[in-house]
Amino acid sequence: MAASHRSQGTPPVIAPGHTFSTVTDKISAIVLARKTPIGWYAGFAAAFALTLLLLVSLTYLVLKGIGIWGNNIPIGWAFDLTNFVWWIGIGHAGTLISAILLLLRQTWRTSINRFAEAMTLFAVACASIFPLFHTGRPWLAYWLLPYPNTMNVWPQFRSPIVWDVFAVSTYATVSLLFWFIGLIPDLATLRDRSQSKTGRIIYGMLAMGWRGSAHHWHRYETAYLLLAGLATPLVVSVHTVVSFDFAISILPGWHTTIFPPYFVAGAIYSGFAMVLTLAIPIRAVYQLEDFITMRHLQNMAKVMLVTGLIVAYGYMTEAFIAWYSADKYEGFVPINRMTRSSGRSDCSCRCCSCSCASCR
Amino acid sequence: MKTSPAVYGLIAEFEDPTSLVTAAHRARHEGYRRMDAYSPFPIEELHEALGAHPTRLPLIVLIGGLCGCVGGYALQYWASAIAYPINVAGKPLHSWPAFIPVTFECTILVAALSAVLGMLALNGLPMPYHPVFNVPRFALASRNRFFLCIEAGDSKFDLEETRRFLETLNPREVTTVSD
Repeated sequence: MAASHRSQGTPPVIAPGHTFSTVTDKISAIVLARKTPIGWYAGFAAAFALTLLLLVSLTYLVLKGIGIWGNNIPIGWAFDLTNFVWWIGIGHAGTLISAILLLLRQTWRTSINRFAEAMTLFAVACASIFPLFHTGRPWLAYWLLPYPNTMNVWPQFRSPIVWDVFAVSTYATVSLLFWFIGLIPDLATLRDRSQSKTGRIIYGMLAMGWRGSAHHWHRYETAYLLLAGLATPLVVSVHTVVSFDFAISILPGWHTTIFPPYFVAGAIYSGFAMVLTLAIPIRAVYQLEDFITMRHLQNMAKVMLVTGLIVAYGYMTEAFIAWYSADKYEGFVPINRMTRSSGRSDCSCRCCSCSCASCR
Repeated sequence: MKTSPAVYGLIAEFEDPTSLVTAAHRARHEGYRRMDAYSPFPIEELHEALGAHPTRLPLIVLIGGLCGCVGGYALQYWASAIAYPINVAGKPLHSWPAFIPVTFECTILVAALSAVLGMLALNGLPMPYHPVFNVPRFALASRNRFFLCIEAGDSKFDLEETRRFLETLNPREVTTVSD
């Protein structure tokens, strides 16, 4: 709410006819006044059923071992690493919107940044499931952290897997801080507008006594800007470290320097796709067309176009370097992927994703 | 102090940000120093209008970041070269290029934590009770109203005179804030 006020100056970002109070009233009504629609319960039931399926699958996984993924070689990752990379990538759009667009003074971000940040938090939580359960003994996952122990062993800091632990846990922490700091003034608004005593107590505790003092706002804005400045290199570093999981190996087809930028672009591409997937139904269901306007959707589509083309360029570079290296093993990998039956689906996936980007 | 201790100050309510900034300027010009303004969203000029100092927060964040950087590197050096020296693929025990990613992440982590905790600490939050919350209309400070509070601790504060001064600023209303 406080964030949305800031974008009042440029009409196309918010539909005309709104004042400070109508923006606050309309948005806080979603949380405080609106009756929970029946559709919400239906959506919740569907999501809950899928969550139960996840719990059943994870239980079976712990009982039987990671062989149930078809993953029976100790150096292979496959299914779980694919999922890990995908979820981390999804999260990147949230940080990009909250941090990089803030530094670039893109005021349109204020309509969508909060839920994109929330999406990041959930995406990172989903991502962390996969490496944890890949260990096969998730209850020993804390061995990855450096702590004094009776075994007298320490993590192997030359391994990209340990870099991952630091990158992802830092990313999760900073995303949480960013999201919560942004939320404090809005929680104060909800505290002041809540009609019920329980609401006032809960929002009051979360708002920590925020009262909108000018001195507070000044430090708050400084902290928010500094956090954005810190999160910007962080978001680039996280997927770079994730790509090191592959690129540091000496496997043909994977040992390549294009991976870090190509992973980061891919992350933003898929992340913005997810933001749109969530934003379009949300703006329809909660009648937020005035705040999430066509301009937002257009801007997000443009970001997807650019990052999609970067990903397409990455695919082409991969194939070109495989040929140009004159290394027969490097050259074998793309040919093998294109001609083998399981490779063909991979190839058509890539073509689809490239042509989707360029058609948009 | 010329007033009873039960009074925290006087608060004036304004309808738009521009009036609040003008009022803050006028109050400072008049000689008032201990005052604060409240708004639903940040107003850049307001901080300067109240005559406040620049914040120390960037310095705190810099120190936090440096601690994270040095601490992260030292941890890796100590663990890999001193406490648990094992030969990995013939690499030297102090293989510094491999230590850069974790050093970077530790820098960001500690700097971000100091930014957030430093901001809360300098702002004195969490603070569940504050006298301005005693004013019923203050709930609108998070919606669409703008407040200027001159505190009783100010050397120039006088309940009658300050009220008269605030009335000249064209506020919607002036209320006494009880402590």
